[in-house]
Amino acid sequence: MIKSMTFFDEMLSDDGARAPYDAYQGWFAGQDNTRLANKAQEAEAFFRRTGITFNVYGQTDAEERLIPFDLVPRILSNREWTKLSKGIDQRVRAINAFLHDIYNRQEILRAGVVPIDLIAQNEAFLPQMIGFSPPGDVYTHIVGTDIVRTGQDDFYVLEDNARTPSGVSYMLENRETMLQMFPELFSKIKVQPVSDYPKSLRRSLAACAPHGCDGRPCVAVLTPGIHNSAYYEHSFLADQMGVELVEGHDLRVVDGHIAMRTTRGYKRIDVLYRRVDDDFLDPLTFNPTSMLGVPGIMDVYRAGNITIANAPGTGIADDKAIYSYIPDIVEFYTGERAILKNVETYRCSEPDMLAYVLDNLADLVVKEVHGSGGYGMLVGPAANKKELSDFAAKLKANPANYIAQPTLSLSTVPIFTEAGLAPRHVDLRPFALVSPDGVNITPGGLTRVALTEGSLVVNSSQGGGTKDTWILED
Amino acid sequence: MLGKTAGGLYWMFRSLERAENTARLVEAGFRIALTRSTSAEAEWKSVIVTSASQAAYTAKYSHYDSESVVHFLLQDTDNPSSVLSVIKAARDNARLVRTGLTSEVWTSVNETWMVLTELLKSPIPQTELPAALAVIRAQSAVVRGALHGTMLRNDIYDFCRLGTFVERMDSTARIIDVKYYSLLPAPSFVGSRLDNVQWETILRSVSAHRSFRWAAEGDFTAPAIANFLILDGRMPRSLRFCAGKIVDNLGYLGLEDDTPKPSLQMAERLCARLKDRDIASIFEEGLHEFLLSVINENARIGQQIEQDYRFNN
Repeated sequence: MIKSMTFFDEMLSDDGARAPYDAYQGWFAGQDNTRLANKAQEAEAFFRRTGITFNVYGQTDAEERLIPFDLVPRILSNREWTKLSKGIDQRVRAINAFLHDIYNRQEILRAGVVPIDLIAQNEAFLPQMIGFSPPGDVYTHIVGTDIVRTGQDDFYVLEDNARTPSGVSYMLENRETMLQMFPELFSKIKVQPVSDYPKSLRRSLAACAPHGCDGRPCVAVLTPGIHNSAYYEHSFLADQMGVELVEGHDLRVVDGHIAMRTTRGYKRIDVLYRRVDDDFLDPLTFNPTSMLGVPGIMDVYRAGNITIANAPGTGIADDKAIYSYIPDIVEFYTGERAILKNVETYRCSEPDMLAYVLDNLADLVVKEVHGSGGYGMLVGPAANKKELSDFAAKLKANPANYIAQPTLSLSTVPIFTEAGLAPRHVDLRPFALVSPDGVNITPGGLTRVALTEGSLVVNSSQGGGTKDTWILED
Repeated sequence: MLGKTAGGLYWMFRSLERAENTARLVEAGFRIALTRSTSAEAEWKSVIVTSASQAAYTAKYSHYDSESVVHFLLQDTDNPSSVLSVIKAARDNARLVRTGLTSEVWTSVNETWMVLTELLKSPIPQTELPAALAVIRAQSAVVRGALHGTMLRNDIYDFCRLGTFVERMDSTARIIDVKYYSLLPAPSFVGSRLDNVQWETILRSVSAHRSFRWAAEGDFTAPAIANFLILDGRMPRSLRFCAGKIVDNLGYLGLEDDTPKPSLQMAERLCARLKDRDIASIFEEGLHEFLLSVINENARIGQQIEQDYRFNN
């Protein structure tokens, strides 16, 4: 068995398995590698047959790919989870308060906690949202906080993902797969269930329906269509919630409401869980060439006749430059210290920080302020000389577009290989639901794992895989 | 249900039906070409005409030979009606309407797409053709079984069935029409060798060469075959059967309508033309003209269904 020397491994310490993995390790030691290898193949066949696939952007021959699934679970103790979920709850509340403030009184700007330039000149700030409060004052109905770990008690928030976080279908399907493959494990080890998520999601969305909605709120999921990389998830969630999956051309404004075209005429929608970016939501308000949205939906929204989840303009809170202020934002709105730490972040818009970043490029991770999915980023330690100098040029040309962070010693969890267990770096994305009834965090999440030895990039678009994530009962 | 979903279900099952019908056509053509090599070119031509893809075919090929026709009908992605193309279309539509399908139906369609994409990705040698066609038919049966065995009998099911029967009606009518002349009751041809070949092709194209023998009770005549394929309500690919199913399913969909939708009225009129009549009156009307009008009316019903149930707008 290979063991990482320099990174915190969540399963194996020098004294054997860490406590949360104790029972699993006992089971694993009694397994036959060939049988497990067969199970891994079964899982892959199951994913293919079920169509749990994604399309990769930027590839003309859009071949569908599987996100590789690793059969070794990522396990957290209830104590570890409690701290994490408290921290996420606190952060999510603060982000909602921040969004309401930023689009209304802007007290945080007046108090000088967040610089006004960062808001005023930010593409993610939507003037259309000024002076408007969404139903229930909820902006981020669904949040997928990216968390990394570097040691026993060292958890950091890497990104807040307050726009349209994806990946929750993998949280659910990975658990289903594990239950099918290794039912005996779940009778031996008490793992908190995640299967309530779709029900909670529907309830949470319905609780955010507009005030004028009488009767049972009609919820629908808006997808860009079958060619979107996350289409599987969109259809999965609609199916699991028992609501319609709609595209822009199924919708139109009818009598001041958004309605969907059914075989019996138009039917009103009260809550739209949209998986379409702000920019494409309404061609009359935003990108005029968008075919994915609904002309006039922003007027309906501002008239209070539909709930859009997440609210337009939430991107201002998960902007990577705003990110560096989140601990201050948490303190400003909750009066408490942030429970979860931020990763140290250098804002390249500030000249001295830019100078530091340029001097230390080879040791840093540099990201675009509005980037996501692992695109357009530089991992300094993994880059060659030419890549470094090319990136330095980009940085100098447009410093405000970048932030930099130290390369973290991400924790590892072993993956299964035919040669045995091998440590790989992981992150964690739990999912929080926000409604006027409170914040609901499903005990679990999406664990992404960098399958290439030594790699720190866990994104599925960059060769990452996933694991089932177990939160133990106690 | 969303209009788009209704459309997706309808087209998904039209596509699946088309894949199966195309496989049958190829099978019948292949058999004739093997056993009667002199008429092979003409047989393959009528296969292409029956599949309503003559224009696309002649744009690419100048001859009707076995290799080209088989490739064109099974594998050519330039041909929107090739098995490979329609299976992709069926699967795309299934993804579109996934929330309306049971997981069994979805999985069977997805698996069919995976299996056939793999099967049809490289040229199929003649020796492998029967096995390949058997796989196509077997996969169709799996999807159909999943549909019948697991889907609620509601509007979702009705749209699936409508797609199946509108497509099947079109296919059967074309199969008969391409060879209608061989079915005409011209005494000089009856019993001749040529006639038998043509009849056999027709019956094989609808997988009815055995069931006809039972149904016709020894009456191997042209009118008996025409009657069987057009008017026999027991034969699941006959025009009468398809029209009846279209009326049934439109009827279920319209149960709550105060006035019947135009598509139902049109289907009822078509069905009435096929009900309680004998084949002689169709020959008097003119078999070819009759079939053409059925094909056209069926197409209009299809378009009317799209409108009545707001598939597109």
